[in-house]
Amino acid sequence: MKRFIPTLLLVLAVGAGSRVIAQHATAFDIEDGGRAFESTCAGCHGPDGNLIAGIDFRRGVFRRPLTDAEIVAIILRGIPNTPMPATPGMNEEQATQIVAYLRSLPETFTEPSTVGDAARGQAIFAGEGQCLDCHSVAGEGSRLGPDLSRIGLDRRAAEIELSLLDPDAEIQPTNRFVTVTPRRAEPVTGRLLNHDTFTVQLMLADERLQLFEKSELRDLAFVASPMPSYRGSLDAQALADVLSYLVSLRGDSLP
Amino acid sequence: MRNFHRSLLALAFSLAASLAALPAVQAQVSFERILNAEREPENWLSYSATLDNQRYSRLDSINTRNVAELELAWVWQARSLEKFEATPLVVDGILYTVQAPNDVVALDAATGRVFWTYHHEPSPLARTCCGRVNRGLAIVGDTLFMGTIDAHLLAIDAKSGALIWDTTVADAAENYSITMAPMVVRDKVMIGTAGGDFATRGQIAAFDVATGKELWRFHTIPAPGEPGNETWAGDSWKTGGAAVWNAGAYDPESNLGFWGTGNPQPDWDGRERRGDNLYSDSVVALDVDTGELAWHFQFTPHDELDYDSTQVPVLADIVWRGEPRRVMLWANRNGLMYVLDRVTGKFLFGKPYVEVNWMDGFDANGRPQRVPGMLPSPEGTLIRPHVHGAVNWAPPSFSPRTGLFYVSHWENSGIMAIEGQFPQPVGINRRQTAMGQVNLEPFFNNDDEAYGVVRAYDPDTLEPVWEFKMTDITWGGVLTTAGDLAFGGGREGYLLGLDARSGELLWRASLGGQISSAPMSYAVNGKQFIAIAAGSALFTFVLPER
Repeated sequence: MKRFIPTLLLVLAVGAGSRVIAQHATAFDIEDGGRAFESTCAGCHGPDGNLIAGIDFRRGVFRRPLTDAEIVAIILRGIPNTPMPATPGMNEEQATQIVAYLRSLPETFTEPSTVGDAARGQAIFAGEGQCLDCHSVAGEGSRLGPDLSRIGLDRRAAEIELSLLDPDAEIQPTNRFVTVTPRRAEPVTGRLLNHDTFTVQLMLADERLQLFEKSELRDLAFVASPMPSYRGSLDAQALADVLSYLVSLRGDSLP
Repeated sequence: MRNFHRSLLALAFSLAASLAALPAVQAQVSFERILNAEREPENWLSYSATLDNQRYSRLDSINTRNVAELELAWVWQARSLEKFEATPLVVDGILYTVQAPNDVVALDAATGRVFWTYHHEPSPLARTCCGRVNRGLAIVGDTLFMGTIDAHLLAIDAKSGALIWDTTVADAAENYSITMAPMVVRDKVMIGTAGGDFATRGQIAAFDVATGKELWRFHTIPAPGEPGNETWAGDSWKTGGAAVWNAGAYDPESNLGFWGTGNPQPDWDGRERRGDNLYSDSVVALDVDTGELAWHFQFTPHDELDYDSTQVPVLADIVWRGEPRRVMLWANRNGLMYVLDRVTGKFLFGKPYVEVNWMDGFDANGRPQRVPGMLPSPEGTLIRPHVHGAVNWAPPSFSPRTGLFYVSHWENSGIMAIEGQFPQPVGINRRQTAMGQVNLEPFFNNDDEAYGVVRAYDPDTLEPVWEFKMTDITWGGVLTTAGDLAFGGGREGYLLGLDARSGELLWRASLGGQISSAPMSYAVNGKQFIAIAAGSALFTFVLPER
């Protein structure tokens, strides 16, 4: 009716017929395993499976070589006295599909072509890139745009790169900008913090928080991201440097 | 002599008048009173005020001329973080409501101060699909009735708050629960079972109000040998859902009770339950004395889109297209609005009231004609309305003064895809499920793709006469009043006071929490109150003292 997980699990439990072995996994198994990985494992291991030291599923790197059956057992029962928990409610079929997914990852993984230097990236970020005019890292910079202190945890490198090259391609609903035009004043642009039938709440360029009554506006419109594209303004090496810096931001300096 | 008679008469009148002015005239709530509740608009004796579910208050001291002056009377804070879905009852100055999941609270209706709280501790086995919620109570005599999320029905003394009896309606360990308000007709209290997203079989059962003894039980999915069982492939009837989780209606002339039924289960995958899946997504009309089925009407045969038909049935005696008719008005989750003859169950008229692309017309019996291909597909199929439907359970209203049908609902669309091997709903751009896990947040490309409305519909044409558009969607119901007002609201947490004839916004209050309930009205000592639950609290509004 309203929520789908219980039904989905039920369907999975009823629908999964014969036992699937990872080495003979179908594309369906890998796809289902990927989905289960995202919902069950990615919270700690990261969307790319590389967030825990010594483990990088993209490269097929585990702490020690493991058989499929051993990984299934770890997924189901966890590793005692470590943060790796058991997964109650998951059955062996589903754990096997996750293994199929993990085993499929190294086949598709490619290293980035340009290797960046995070220290040089940080200098560009704070300097010619003028990123701190809108963004902040660990409390330094502006609050107008998204705080990037832990962007390396929240976004994959490819997503960050896309935002550097094409800032309007994907914008979270909380990061959208609007321009409001009051009946008797100049238009104002700000980040849309909230809105409802009657009001709009913005953060203006000078970080002021301001509410506007919609009834007092002549116009209200979403506008393109104020972030410039760095395609062309930074060369490939500088872009790779900034990317390396951003990927390295994992909230370590936060309280 | 004549003068003496006059004095006596005057004395009698003044006594009667002073008695009437006392708030504490607390007579038992006979079924006669419930049946004729429109005669005492100061009270709210059943879920929608009257058993026809019109949710129309005959109080008119708050009206279009003065509603702008409404001010806060009192707030009662529930000690619960669940959605506050209950509509209160009000009986002679006492307000009864439910603190989710299953605490009954008796309050002074004028001040909001608490007389008593009855606490029910649900079994740890209780399992609900969509929140540990409760939508309200029933009362008869001095006894309140509440269904619980562990599928019990409780009778509670309305004066003391003491438990009178506790009957198990169904087994919580088998995923049955109860979230709806019960309905009392004479000596019977009737209630249905929720749990239709799990492997259950929906039921409506009647119990003796005095003892809790079961008197009849109707299964919403027929057993082998009963008509309709052939509409379920194999053993799928045993676990086919068709739950009953919202209030019913009662028609004294035919002695029929009406309840809407939920989706067939599994919700989105009909392959194992081929057939029409009776009586899922239907309204069933039962003889309340025997529980026998008089008629049924199925809105969505073989549903694979989660189009529960558990909306509150609204009954009205109206002149429909020139003829006096006893109708049932129904704005369904499937995006279609219906006028049914409630005596026979005959389909009189129906049409889409939001954008609908899964059907393109009705046959003579009101069966929707499916659009080929509007099914889950590997590449994803855009379906309107999506699994959220056009409306969920929030109660609508009918005003006999305006003759209009008031519904709070929303526009939305989304994609049904076959992901892996199974159909499931996904967000419109496939990056996210269409059913957020916590707050049912839909996912849309832009803000024009989903919005909530309060709309007034003409029953003759089912065309909207006016609409009040909201930015966010709405899970709130509608109240209309003899003051020609329509009250509504939604997730934004505004209570809206609208002109029932024009839809013009006359008053609003920002309540700071989403409205997942419906407004109601009552009076104490002649003072009219408007009540609405929002967030975790119950708010009431009155006109200022002169």
